[in-house]
Amino acid sequence: MALQSSMRWRYLKEGFFFGLVRLSAFVITAALGGLLFYIFFNGLGAISWGFLTLPPTDSMTKGGIMPAILGTVYLTLGAIAIALPLGITSAIYLTEYARQGPLVRVIRIGVNCLAGVPSIVFGLFGLGLFVVFLQFGSCILSGALTLGILILPTIIGASEEALKGVPQTFREASLALGVSKWQTIYRIVLPSAMPGILTGSILGIGRAAGETAPIMFTAAAFFTAKLPSSIFDEVMALPFHIYVLATAGTHIEATRPIQFGTVLVLVGLVLVVDLVAIIIRSTIRKRKRW
Amino acid sequence: MEDNRVIKTKDVNFYYGKFRALTDISMDFEKNRVTALIGPSGCGKSTLLRLLNRMNDLIDGTRVEGEVLFEGKNIYDPEVDPVEIRRRIGMVFQKPNPFPKSIFSNITYGPRLAGLSDRVELEALAEQSLKQAVLWDEVKDILGQSAMMLSGGQQQRLCIARALAMKPDVLLMDEPTSALDPISTAKIEELIQDLKRQYTIIIVTHNMQQAARISDKTGFFYIGKLIEYSATEKIFTRPDVKQTEDYITGRFG
Ligand SMILES: Nc1ncnc2c1ncn2[C@@H]1O[C@H](COP(=O)(O)OP(=O)(O)OP(=O)(O)O)[C@@H](O)[C@H]1O
Ligand SMILES: [Mg+2]
Repeated sequence: MALQSSMRWRYLKEGFFFGLVRLSAFVITAALGGLLFYIFFNGLGAISWGFLTLPPTDSMTKGGIMPAILGTVYLTLGAIAIALPLGITSAIYLTEYARQGPLVRVIRIGVNCLAGVPSIVFGLFGLGLFVVFLQFGSCILSGALTLGILILPTIIGASEEALKGVPQTFREASLALGVSKWQTIYRIVLPSAMPGILTGSILGIGRAAGETAPIMFTAAAFFTAKLPSSIFDEVMALPFHIYVLATAGTHIEATRPIQFGTVLVLVGLVLVVDLVAIIIRSTIRKRKRW
Repeated sequence: MEDNRVIKTKDVNFYYGKFRALTDISMDFEKNRVTALIGPSGCGKSTLLRLLNRMNDLIDGTRVEGEVLFEGKNIYDPEVDPVEIRRRIGMVFQKPNPFPKSIFSNITYGPRLAGLSDRVELEALAEQSLKQAVLWDEVKDILGQSAMMLSGGQQQRLCIARALAMKPDVLLMDEPTSALDPISTAKIEELIQDLKRQYTIIIVTHNMQQAARISDKTGFFYIGKLIEYSATEKIFTRPDVKQTEDYITGRFG
């Protein structure tokens, strides 16, 4: 009798917590869906072929946002090109080579702290180092470097997790065959970790595309109809363009549809990046399964 | 130098940090013989085995005292390259650990990175190694398939074939049959008997019958010490030390 009632109590409890978990999953999905729907609903009207392929006209109240799209693509690709190799090699050093001790722990804490630093701080750092001290000026290179540093902690963290997830037995099997440590990492460990590294890096990539503060002083132009011809040119960028239209323009209300259109394009761009990463990941995973 | 003792350890102590896992091990391993290492769990058998091809280097904070001579040279000399040692002293692990690659790539991975690139030679080597490991007939039509699809016993024989493909002089085996069914076990034991004509084999096992069946010499370990080491037949019929007898007859405790 007592047993039965305690069983019932347990089922009740289990049902309650399961319901709670389900509810929170539902809330999150609904919030995300609502957000996307809101952006889509408001932004879709502005989207046209011209919007995507033409530069802004009439003090940015008309025309398209092509230079900003291009600028964001350049900046994001640049940031990835800088942060991915650097982040992966740092992670390899930290997990595979460095003797696990106080020094490595300090480095790890530092990396984690870096991930929590507000992005405007990176913007000022980039301004000080790349724009002023190294005299790159406000340009794609400075912006990409700043964004690269911004997303570096994310990529290091993701890569470390992925590398640690590779079974130690793979390393042992390879080393026991008289294969050098570097070859083992390059041929066995990295390929096995790659899906994880890419998954984790998606977050960083999305962040690089969407950040405003780091590029405000280092790369982004208020307006330029001229397309960049080298990495030393200033560019427009989607997040900064949205910021400008929504706060600094003279026709804030009138450009609402363009603002939403730009937001939609930015979100779409980030989703495309994610999708590409997911596809790469799943093809690698299909090839290497264990 | 007419010496058939390929590996000799001299007064070896081994430490994991402050913990001494092996004490004063002096032991010779003979060429073209099977040597079995037996003893209760945690007595240091795997530690000793991994010491012989410097696999313990991978663990932070370990320390070796004494000498491990391979063909007369101390493999722990600073100028010795552990990679070179591992090429000549192969290892098969307790749990089958194939790479998540095709069967063919598993076998050819080592030789390829050692510089062999000719496709025909690689194919011949793969066939030869797989035949040696008595796996060829089962996999010859599926060489391109992932090694992860094989059964545990097949995977273990693949790992043996992979080690053999490097043409090592010595083969270290750490409980190679502990995860296998009797049929696979019998196949691998037969294989070991065959292999000793070309290789020197050192095998850790918890299976007394197995040690008695396949080995020429047996060493009994207890808490990091080599208690008794002599011909297998002697160890299993009239051991000198009471502890050995107790362990072999199952009266240990
Ligand atoms: N990586 C390690 N770090 C610290 N101590 C270890 C490590 N590996 C093994 N040891 C210790 O060293 C001793 C010997 O371990 P070892 O693995 O060599 O035993 P074994 O004889 O192979 O046992 P088993 O038959 O269970 O495999 C044990 O007391 C174990 O706790
Ligand atoms: Mg062991």
